[in-house]
Amino acid sequence: MNINTFIEKIEAEFDELEPGTLQKETSFKDLDEWSSMHALIIIALIDTEYDVVLTGEDLTRLSSVEDLYTIVKERK
Amino acid sequence: MPFFSISDVKISGIAAAVPKNTESNWDYDKLSATEKKLLVKTTGVENRRVAPKGLTTSDLCLEAAKVLLKELDWKKDEVDILVFLSQSRDYYLPATSIILQDRLGLSTNCMAFDIGLGCSGYPYGISVVSSLLKNTGLNKALLMMGDISSATCAKEDKSTYPLFGDAGSVTALEYDESAKKMCFQLNSKGEGYKSIIIKDGGIRNLINEESFIKKEIADGIKRCNLNLALNGLDVFNFSITDVPKSLKEFLSKTNSNPDDYDYFLMHQANKLMNETIRKKLKFQAEKVPYSIKNFGNTSSASIPLTLVTQLNDQAKKNRLRLLLSGFGVGLSWGIVTLEINKIACPKLIEV
Repeated sequence: MNINTFIEKIEAEFDELEPGTLQKETSFKDLDEWSSMHALIIIALIDTEYDVVLTGEDLTRLSSVEDLYTIVKERK
Repeated sequence: MPFFSISDVKISGIAAAVPKNTESNWDYDKLSATEKKLLVKTTGVENRRVAPKGLTTSDLCLEAAKVLLKELDWKKDEVDILVFLSQSRDYYLPATSIILQDRLGLSTNCMAFDIGLGCSGYPYGISVVSSLLKNTGLNKALLMMGDISSATCAKEDKSTYPLFGDAGSVTALEYDESAKKMCFQLNSKGEGYKSIIIKDGGIRNLINEESFIKKEIADGIKRCNLNLALNGLDVFNFSITDVPKSLKEFLSKTNSNPDDYDYFLMHQANKLMNETIRKKLKFQAEKVPYSIKNFGNTSSASIPLTLVTQLNDQAKKNRLRLLLSGFGVGLSWGIVTLEINKIACPKLIEV
């Protein structure tokens, strides 16, 4: 698993995002496009692709894309 | 582990009723155009049936039951058991099932009681009624199920209002020694009770003046303590972890796999959630019908409603081996496998 494919997968789930918008340091919850629906989408994606379960609390605690990547990698 | 089977009981018919009145999420003004698109894509809910003020769950169930009894040609004095499973009863007391006994014109020689469950209700209700039929010598039962959720969701709460639809259903069960055995697994996880809750109005928090005060919880989420509060993320997590885990255990205990079932009908909660479960269990998409697009989350009515609207012809003409799973408020979840064979299945009734 590497962070670039991870970012591409997440970007693909946000229809509205221009490719390249998400960077390691992007604080994804501060994006204008972010909504609670995206939390569900990310949880489902990470569960399906990596078999890792994120909770709502995890998502509240995390801020950057890299944080998200790190936690998925740790739990995998 | 509450895994068990019940033999000698079959489902003879299933009917469902919804209010005529339809609301579309495309017209829901608490969401921006982008939010609407995202909501529909994620939850799968486009339209919902919404009961006018005063129309109750029992009214919907009653209409469904009238049509079903006629189609089955059951005499009213033959019905020995009436169970109403719902979270939207007519009155605080008495139990709605007892009023239904009278409204349906059933004999007083009919036992009637309520069960207070929601989304997990179908497997639970079937297990209770089937055990009674198996063990008592009684012959025929009606299991009514459903909810009016629109009355308790705040219209100003975008986290609940666009998700739920109103519906009622009835399932007719009878003692029959030629019936294939049903297998069940039923679970509970009370630690998650706050995930889907109406806080006030019970004995724990008696209704008081503050119960009516609407508070802004977050942007687009305004409700009072008499409204349904839903922690979508917690429920989502529960549904994509505990539920498929139990389903996998169940399949292994019953020594079965997706090929052994014609259809897998899930509680209609959220399309993304249900699809995640479906993929985990490796069920083909064709075997997993949905009613959520046009009816939303219809609580305990969702499984019978899906069958009536999506598999109507097949249920009438064929023998179908079904895997059914309900999950949600409680938290509570259950699974049942059963076979239906050319059952009475009237077209969806509109009230």
